[in-house]
Amino acid sequence: MTARMDKRFADVAAEGRPVLVTYFMAGDPDFETSLSIMKALPKAGADVIELGMPFSDPMADGPAIQLAGQRALKGCQTLAKTLEIARRFREDDQRTPIVLMGYYNPIYIYGVDRFLTDALAAGIDGLIVVDLPPEMDDELCIPALAKGISFIRLATPTTDDRRLPKVLENTSGFVYYVSMNGITGSALPDPSLIAGAVGRIKAHTNLPVCVGFGVKTAEHARAIGASADGVVVGTAIVNQIASSLTEEGKATDATVPGVEALVRGLSAGVRSARLAAAE
Amino acid sequence: MNQAPKLNSFRGGPDEDGRFGIFGGRFVAETLMPLILDLQAEWNKAKDDPAFKAELAHLGAHYIGRPSPLYFAERLTAELGGAKIYFKREELNHTGSHKINNCIGQILLAKRMGKTRIIAETGAGQHGVASATVAARFGLPCVVYMGATDVERQAPNVFRMKLLGAEVKPVTAGSGTLKDAMNEALRDWVTNVDNTYYLIGTAAGPHPYPEMVRDFQAVIGQEAKEQMLAAEGRLPDLVVAAVGGGSNAIGIFHPFLDDESVKIVGVEAGGKGIEGDEHCASITAGSPGVLHGNRTYLLQDGDGQIKEGHSISAGLDYPGIGPEHAWLNDVGRVEYVPIMDHEALEAFQTLTRLEGIIPALEPSHALAEVIKRAPKMGKDEIILMNLSGRGDKDIFTVGKLLGMGL
Repeated sequence: MTARMDKRFADVAAEGRPVLVTYFMAGDPDFETSLSIMKALPKAGADVIELGMPFSDPMADGPAIQLAGQRALKGCQTLAKTLEIARRFREDDQRTPIVLMGYYNPIYIYGVDRFLTDALAAGIDGLIVVDLPPEMDDELCIPALAKGISFIRLATPTTDDRRLPKVLENTSGFVYYVSMNGITGSALPDPSLIAGAVGRIKAHTNLPVCVGFGVKTAEHARAIGASADGVVVGTAIVNQIASSLTEEGKATDATVPGVEALVRGLSAGVRSARLAAAE
Repeated sequence: MNQAPKLNSFRGGPDEDGRFGIFGGRFVAETLMPLILDLQAEWNKAKDDPAFKAELAHLGAHYIGRPSPLYFAERLTAELGGAKIYFKREELNHTGSHKINNCIGQILLAKRMGKTRIIAETGAGQHGVASATVAARFGLPCVVYMGATDVERQAPNVFRMKLLGAEVKPVTAGSGTLKDAMNEALRDWVTNVDNTYYLIGTAAGPHPYPEMVRDFQAVIGQEAKEQMLAAEGRLPDLVVAAVGGGSNAIGIFHPFLDDESVKIVGVEAGGKGIEGDEHCASITAGSPGVLHGNRTYLLQDGDGQIKEGHSISAGLDYPGIGPEHAWLNDVGRVEYVPIMDHEALEAFQTLTRLEGIIPALEPSHALAEVIKRAPKMGKDEIILMNLSGRGDKDIFTVGKLLGMGL
């Protein structure tokens, strides 16, 4: 639902701080733990949740998210179960926007129409599908928009001013600025470069701009949040989950609390971001 | 199978978005889109540039050794007692396979684009060797991604690449084969977009790769057609080639697609049998999906997760196929059939003993199909097969399977 996303961004902006977007992989390491993690996120200060859809061949992801996907698939996670996690979460939380993030093939095989119907019923607000550039908008983007589900596009340092209008054309919800050319989990570039890039994108759109890829600590979140409308944290959360597991990859008592503690810290980071900008 | 529609030509694809029917396209991350569009623009200019064509032809003749011979396999023909069998001898090319045709073309493009670093993926190592070769020839650093499993079973090619100055990076993710190597190469490309050229080895991936690689490989079919007319005064009745990603096959098929009298067969890796999971028969036993930048037939489960294939031949061990093959199958112009590991192994030995040619395990699959079909055809009929690579790299694999110590 586009409305829930727009409201959340407007409310947080009114608080004078950037939005904290948190990513984790559905089904990592198992269905129930995933659901508990998802329920814990808003309480720890997450404003928007990106729910990763595991894929066997995640070409734009680094080793951390790749392994998380493999753990989830090993635990028999499917797209249907990922939607089920969202649906169960929605029973208690009708306000936190949920964005599904992943690759196109599992959706294509599920069937685009059936997927959009089920996603809407599960309370999904937006989609990020890494391997669907604007040239492929007829596949999923246009049908999703028609159903009222946002299609959030990635903009990257290679997206120059000539290409930006095309990238932004059918984008809704927010723009996800990928802070560098690379895969998820790489090192964060200089925040001043990012501020420049965010400004460049904002010259082309009224949508909020969130920055991700490489944001790992509260300090990063604070620095990036000084210029961006939102900060996306993914690999750091996925690593936190991984470090809490047993050698066999099973969840422990530390898994959910570990994520909570990390996100609480990140949340404090974004909440002090505009203060940082004003300093 | 669908009825073949009444088309003016089977050679008109892809459209400007890179589609062959529903197949092909550009399913890549946004970071790569500007690069792919640049590549397409450069390719469009280069393919009509007489200077580019002349340089390609010159290197083809003096560096690769083109044209490769068309060879009448007299003893094999007599043994099978049916159709006359001709081989297009791509295994005689410099570096030992058809892969070099594409590598020379793409490195000339990389040079035109001012790129200073080459990356490639490889399965059997033939494309890796060809990439390392052209990188050495043009003085560019080269990184080759190769599945860890393949590094082990294709040791001679790994050594060749290293001798040629390339850095071979073993990929342990997934099952450590060609698809995982391709994922890793794409990750490298996304990270090093400014200076790096991704030299894809097969007629798959995002547009314009399937079209471009096909056009660089079509020299095989163009030569074979002329050579066949010179030798026999007519076109062959049947053209056969092995299909992994499908570059050698599309190379020999494409010039014959509009010749109605020519039947065309692509041979997939049937592995240990297409009933289970241990095969790479994407068309015979797969379904349409999206991977590595294009929509095509894939081996996948009901949730759209890509399966690990299996083949005796590392070069066919890929769970997808070039999008033009997927389309040629659906419109009914080309027939795709599986050949099992053991049949390929038998064909490998047959050719070695009867003709004194050690074929690679990839074309051994095509050969096994030829061996099945030739006896059922008339003596006045002609088969053309693409002998796409030589088997030196496979002798250790074959030795192990035959229980012969080396």
